Amino acid sequence: MDLQNQQRIKDAAEKYNPEDLVVILGSSDAEGAEIYAETVANGDPTFAGPLAGVQLGLAVYHVFEEDVKSEADTAAWEEQISMMEMVLDPDSLAAAVAAMRKEYSRYSL
Amino acid sequence: MSSVGIKGYAYSLNHVPEMGLHYGNTPYVERLTKGETEFLSKLPEHLQQYEDARDYAPNQAYIGGITLDEYETQPKPWYENRMTDAGRYGRYGEIMPEDEFLGLMDICDVFDIIWLERSFASVVREKLAKDPVITDKVLARLENGHDLDEINVEIEKHRALPLYFENNVVGCVRSGHEVDECLFPYVLLENLASKASAVLSVLHLLKNFDVDPGEIDFVIECSEEGAGDMNQRAGGNFAKAIAEIAGLVNSSGCDVRGFCAGPVNAMIAAASQVASGARKNCLVVAGGAVPKLYMNARDHVKKSMPALEDCLGSFAVLLVEDSGDSPVMRLDALGKHTVGAGASPQAVTSALVWDPLQKRGLTFNDVDKYAAELHTPEITLPAGAGDVPLANSKMIAALSVMKQQLEKKDMMDFVREKGLTGFAHTQGHIPSGVPYIGHACDAIREGKLNRVMIIGKGSLFLARLTNLSDGASFFIEKSSGTPAVGAVTKDDVKRLILEALGDIKDSLQ
Repeated sequence: MDLQNQQRIKDAAEKYNPEDLVVILGSSDAEGAEIYAETVANGDPTFAGPLAGVQLGLAVYHVFEEDVKSEADTAAWEEQISMMEMVLDPDSLAAAVAAMRKEYSRYSL
Repeated sequence: MSSVGIKGYAYSLNHVPEMGLHYGNTPYVERLTKGETEFLSKLPEHLQQYEDARDYAPNQAYIGGITLDEYETQPKPWYENRMTDAGRYGRYGEIMPEDEFLGLMDICDVFDIIWLERSFASVVREKLAKDPVITDKVLARLENGHDLDEINVEIEKHRALPLYFENNVVGCVRSGHEVDECLFPYVLLENLASKASAVLSVLHLLKNFDVDPGEIDFVIECSEEGAGDMNQRAGGNFAKAIAEIAGLVNSSGCDVRGFCAGPVNAMIAAASQVASGARKNCLVVAGGAVPKLYMNARDHVKKSMPALEDCLGSFAVLLVEDSGDSPVMRLDALGKHTVGAGASPQAVTSALVWDPLQKRGLTFNDVDKYAAELHTPEITLPAGAGDVPLANSKMIAALSVMKQQLEKKDMMDFVREKGLTGFAHTQGHIPSGVPYIGHACDAIREGKLNRVMIIGKGSLFLARLTNLSDGASFFIEKSSGTPAVGAVTKDDVKRLILEALGDIKDSLQ
């Protein structure tokens, strides 16, 4: 996760109650999604950014996870996201983030 | 006139591993901010020799050393299955070695910014003289060089950047100003490298298509570099600077920018000028980007593979009036990613592919090939960025399913049939659709293809001016065979009205 996004998330976690924060990922790559999820929950595994050693424990989901999809407006989903559901592998992306959340997140929806 | 002819095209690479090692943005910034890290100590072991780059199938596909059909049959991974019959020159251009490129940079320097060591310059002169596109007039611009002591003084006392070949300092890039950051050596290195690589492709185009340099009317340059000074940071103008060295004495030019969408927008700007009759012809050109060398090398090193991003890419395309004998670029149905279109991949793909198809009453199947973001997958996959051209083809296929023009089960057949395997270096603007123009035009001339779509996309948000991205697209197809009509004159309109009135009169009688 790039350093600026790490800083944004760190700032948001300081400004708002971390319990009320949810990070939604749209990554197209399962390996990348895992690293992003780990970063916002357990800290930057590359130890390069502002979240190095910072365990925010935030709730983190992939946009393709049912918990998020079911909250979305159906028409907006159809117009903005449904095409990518056909292009990507939604199940493996959802599973990758869910596994990280179970391991590291202190909060969930 | 809604179409213009594509008369010529050229594509070249400059293999510059040592320039990348020292000045590619990833290693350069790491060295600057962290010193000699583990990554930097390992990177030299992963550099490729010139022959490695020359024999790398994607590079040969880029310069036209092989056709794209031949490219598809090359065994993968390409870096472990080097070609055995590859040469320096292809149908579209060449892969130039680093020492000769430093010479070409000196040739393209008119402000005494580049200094080469005397004996190095002499050796390079002999080598460049053998390049069929480097004429005596071009070669005469190469300076005799300087003593190494003089160069070292520039480096040590005047913050010049050293230039390396085979681990030795063989020259330097001098500063253009005492305090103006826009004219510091790193910026000038970027700009002169971009200019020199662009010149190489222009020279190949002139030679390959037998074009008299004096015939070129206008040049539009579309790299991602910024040339200027502190009062006008990216004022330009690369185009005219390139034209000067290439001997395009009757041309002028200007630059068009748009990150990776720059080349497609430049093609549209150039074609529009030709179609309107404002210019007799227009040359679209771009050189390569030094900062992008070894951009993903951290991952390549981590995964014990060669650091593949060691070439500057360049291209040139010549647009002329549609005379009926060249493939044409259509202007009547352009793809445009509007401000209000939204940023999702679905919105972008709709704007760039579906909208222009609809405008012409075509289906997804009426296009033989879609070319977008043609990055070599072996470069991007290890860095977690996926197979970019494959992802683009899948998006177009998925949109086709949504528009009920394709069965979902046939998506991968669509991708195989209409997608392309990437073969361009990760040089930002270079992979964005344009590398396919040459191959597409050849296939159209040979009757193998009828119509293709070229798609460019740009990450505008990187400049912190807007959160938007951008994109543009156009069709290339077989000419109708009839020369296109020029701009409509008053007399044309009068004649048409009189003809129509005559028809009405006849029908009334």
